[in-house]
Amino acid sequence: MKLMQGNEACAAGAIAAGCRFFGGYPISPSSEVAEEMAKLLPKNGGVFLQAEDEMASLGAVIGAALGGSKAMTATSGPGFSLMQEHIGYGYLAEIPCVIVDVMRGGPSTGLPTAPSQGDVMQAQWGTHGDRVAIALAPSSVQEVYDLMIQAFSLSESLRTPVIVLMDEVVAHMREGVDLTVPDKASIARRPLPTEPPGVSFEPYRSGDDLVPHVPDFGVGYRFHVTGLMHDERGFPTSNTDVAAALLARLEKKVHLAKDLVAPESYLMDDADIAIVAYGITGRTAKAAVDVLRSKGKKAGLLRPRLLWPVQDEMLKSALANAEVVVVAEMNRGQWVREVERIVAGDTWIYPLLKAGGSMITTDEVVSHALSASDRSSAADGARSSRQDLRIG
Amino acid sequence: MNAEVKVKAPTRAPMVGAEKRLLRHAMMPHMLCPGCGHGIVLDAMLAVLSARYDNLDNVAFVAGIGCSSRIVGYIDACTLHTTHGRPLSFATGLKLARPDLNVIVVTGDGDGVSIGGNHLIHAARRNIDITCVLLNNEIYGMTGGQAAPTTVPGAYTSTTPQGNTQHPFDVSELVKAAGATFVARASSYRPQVVGDIFGQALDHVGFSFLEVMTDCTEYFGRTNRFGDGADMLMSQSRYDPSIDADLASRATVEELTNPQPVRPVLPKGILHRSSRLTLEETLSVSGGRCSSANEIEVLDGDTRRGF
Repeated sequence: MKLMQGNEACAAGAIAAGCRFFGGYPISPSSEVAEEMAKLLPKNGGVFLQAEDEMASLGAVIGAALGGSKAMTATSGPGFSLMQEHIGYGYLAEIPCVIVDVMRGGPSTGLPTAPSQGDVMQAQWGTHGDRVAIALAPSSVQEVYDLMIQAFSLSESLRTPVIVLMDEVVAHMREGVDLTVPDKASIARRPLPTEPPGVSFEPYRSGDDLVPHVPDFGVGYRFHVTGLMHDERGFPTSNTDVAAALLARLEKKVHLAKDLVAPESYLMDDADIAIVAYGITGRTAKAAVDVLRSKGKKAGLLRPRLLWPVQDEMLKSALANAEVVVVAEMNRGQWVREVERIVAGDTWIYPLLKAGGSMITTDEVVSHALSASDRSSAADGARSSRQDLRIG
Repeated sequence: MNAEVKVKAPTRAPMVGAEKRLLRHAMMPHMLCPGCGHGIVLDAMLAVLSARYDNLDNVAFVAGIGCSSRIVGYIDACTLHTTHGRPLSFATGLKLARPDLNVIVVTGDGDGVSIGGNHLIHAARRNIDITCVLLNNEIYGMTGGQAAPTTVPGAYTSTTPQGNTQHPFDVSELVKAAGATFVARASSYRPQVVGDIFGQALDHVGFSFLEVMTDCTEYFGRTNRFGDGADMLMSQSRYDPSIDADLASRATVEELTNPQPVRPVLPKGILHRSSRLTLEETLSVSGGRCSSANEIEVLDGDTRRGF
């Protein structure tokens, strides 16, 4: 065990997963990830690049990934905005890479070192066009380390950018971390081409696994990589059928992630009050569940580790028996829309929303859950009604 | 020439016509307009490469967005068509991860000095050992002829219907000032010179920059009544002090098309050459390669360093 900061654990997890290239630009509250990687990478056979801006950071990461490296960048809100075009590029060209976004208060320059969970929708919808994101949300320093390893596994095995959404609290707090790799065999690698180089080789052809076996540059294959819609040869096309099929396969491929990341479920078996929360808010909510149980309320916590793609079947079944669902997040109402979309009509949904730069407290979750429970028993009418509580 | 300048030795002399085997025939027909200068530059580059390589397995071409950038798709190499303005950033990551690859960036004036200007000056500053060929046709061709930061004053474009009022960049001077260790300018009028300088740029150790003046007949020439592709090529001869006097004595474009805008006489040839440590050398990754994702040992406990 080692006492370390979330941002340091992020770097440690990346090195453990085999990351050997980091390209980044300084920005609070993510800078310690870059500083740590600048120390660790040269010692472990890797390369650290401080780029001129965030577009260059992710561009360099994609270039390094194509050269064969496991590669990552880390940033915060404004930088995450600038990276969106290259996230879309990595998705369409199927380049494995990991993007860490330490969420701070926004929009714009906002609150540079105050916590937020305001980039959740941006992680999914920030890029133009139809892209399906993979986004993980750790809630402890240990989980930052573990999920970084999983982020690289998902990214390499599915050949797609993976986003790790930390909030500023998880990034800056210090906890003990077990630095062993939980299961070495579980660290997935990018699939290699099975066919030798030649005119019939098509780098973007995929089989039942939906993942093309694109070779690295400079290993004997000559091929084209583009951000244009492309056929299985990788050549640009404006054939609408080919473009539609490509978008459909990419979506189906990324949806495979739904079965690969388990949520934390705490006392949910008999829960009448289900609290849904992620990141640091999940920690607060877990403490609130214990308080509510001590008051005789059957409360439980459902904490997704995977925010995108949304595990809709999992949410549906986990929340099926709850009388009320409280969704707590540090923003003006983002991921709650997904919960509403999936379980609306089956249960009451009470968002607990707090934006402005401070954490949701245990007391706030407890009192909101109690009042939600009271209102739910008193109310009649459509169960899809949404009862917002905004703090601040 | 600076005696300390490091160069990589070429292997053999260029072979005329041999470049066809380096074309990616499956991508044909190409999308360049009749009279466009970009194909001339592609041909000149392939002639040089064909003299050096049996195949381009270990040559990576990286390009941005625009007509110039599209030419890399026609080369049978590892080709990376990136986002608008960012090819140098992709190339930087690729080269640092794989210093064993010969990385060549092809960009245009809009891609390279407008939206991607920041990456250009930083690549020059870092002296990363890649070659950047910027095809300067003084216009945004692919999007329909809008003014670029290289468009000469007075030129008519689709976004300067009253004539361009902005002062253009001298791109080579910009890159030189940013710290590039090899800066040259050539024109599509003299493909042999393009090839010769491209070869020297490849041999140079450090950031080598070659600006090639090319002609957009469709959106620059036509709008400004510069004539067809041949007329525009001929007009370039006026700006090349190294060409013979006979050609130089012919009427200039501005004389033919008065009162059209005047394209300045730009110095050609190798404009700057110097030597200092490359980015790869300062990072001690020169020549080798970063560990591959599929060869990397998962590090655990004592095998990790620095914790």
